[in-house]
Amino acid sequence: MSRAGRSGRLPVILTIIVSLMLMVMPLPDWAIPFRPDWVALALIYWAMMLPRTWSVGTAWLIGIVLDVAQGTILGQHALALCFIVFITVRFHLLMRVFPMQQLTATVFAILALYQFVLFWINGVAGVDAPLVNYWGPVITGTLFWPVVSLLLSSVRLRVHHGR
Amino acid sequence: MGIRLIVLLFASIVLMVLDHRQNHLGAVRQAIGAAVYPLQVIVDAPFRLWEWVRDGTADRNQLQLEMSRLQAERLLTNARLQRMTALEAENARLRDLLEARAQVRDEVRVAEIMAVDANPYRHNIVIDIGELEGAYDGQSIVDVTGVIGQIIETGLTTSQAMLISDPSHSLPVEVNRNGLRTIANGTGEFGRLVLPFVTNNADIRPGDLLVTSGLGGAFPAGYPVAVIDTVNRIPQEPFADVTATPAAALDQVREVMLIWSSAEPRDKKPGDEEPNDE
Repeated sequence: MSRAGRSGRLPVILTIIVSLMLMVMPLPDWAIPFRPDWVALALIYWAMMLPRTWSVGTAWLIGIVLDVAQGTILGQHALALCFIVFITVRFHLLMRVFPMQQLTATVFAILALYQFVLFWINGVAGVDAPLVNYWGPVITGTLFWPVVSLLLSSVRLRVHHGR
Repeated sequence: MGIRLIVLLFASIVLMVLDHRQNHLGAVRQAIGAAVYPLQVIVDAPFRLWEWVRDGTADRNQLQLEMSRLQAERLLTNARLQRMTALEAENARLRDLLEARAQVRDEVRVAEIMAVDANPYRHNIVIDIGELEGAYDGQSIVDVTGVIGQIIETGLTTSQAMLISDPSHSLPVEVNRNGLRTIANGTGEFGRLVLPFVTNNADIRPGDLLVTSGLGGAFPAGYPVAVIDTVNRIPQEPFADVTATPAAALDQVREVMLIWSSAEPRDKKPGDEEPNDE
């Protein structure tokens, strides 16, 4: 962890940029509600593994960028990301020792919370969207979590052990 | 950590209120949007490249077919255009007689829809024309067959537009046959609009063409919007249940046209009326 110096940041930033690109990548119309929340997944992983460098502040900034990229209310994703990253950092020691099934279940809960915050803000702002737009990403995000965490951990190991 | 969270949560709420209720953050959005633009371009690039390759490698037969089709189409439109000039002159003369304001021609520019998905909760598209080229909030967007939507947010080189099929979009329309004015709302489905305020005894029937009435001030008048699908009169209800199919294939277009309508006063802010989010 302590070796996560300046040189270790660039690959993490790259993974987050890739996740942002995946968020705006065009999908066929039927698949749009099932786009996993790539940014949320990446941030959960980095907050769990490197909680000192990647915490609520960065999550907030990335959320603002996501809001602009998607044209949602400015601050919506920022608030939601901030919130789930806070929870992840809180329980990061616990989550790191979870076996994969249990960790995936935890990620499911976190993603559900994330979508609930978005849903709630949309409700207050009067944005009316089909419900599948909310539970779709939770399901697919959970399904993709094992793959995402494997990929990101390979990035992490390469950086921190100089391979 | 906890304090930081509270501060940030508070900051997000302030931002949301400023953005949603007062629309004060256009400049902030634009600045961050400029940073996001390269990402959108990178995402869009493979699709552009694919199109370029496809155009470049189209075989001869296909090109010849396409060319003859286009030539036939051009002849047809030219013939129509001839009649159009005559009609336009006649229209101007008649309007003179009626002492009505002459209709001014609209200025049009072609924009391409970028292969980038916008807001997951809305029917939005991203187009490749922004404020630098003169796009403005509330500007109408059409394609060759009808109205597509309007710009809701301009960036420097890209803009976000809301489609007429978005559930929070309303469009003042009139029936082309008899001038009956009403409002067409989006439903969240690409192929369906609803007309919630048509009285039971209104003269409207399936097959009627709806055109923009220009009354909202956001859209210029006279562009085709949709064709009435079903009219279901329910005796005990005040309004009939009317649905329409958009004239433009909202989910299939790639090129759209932005309209600068010179007949409209520029100083008033278009889009004050719609989108009508509460």
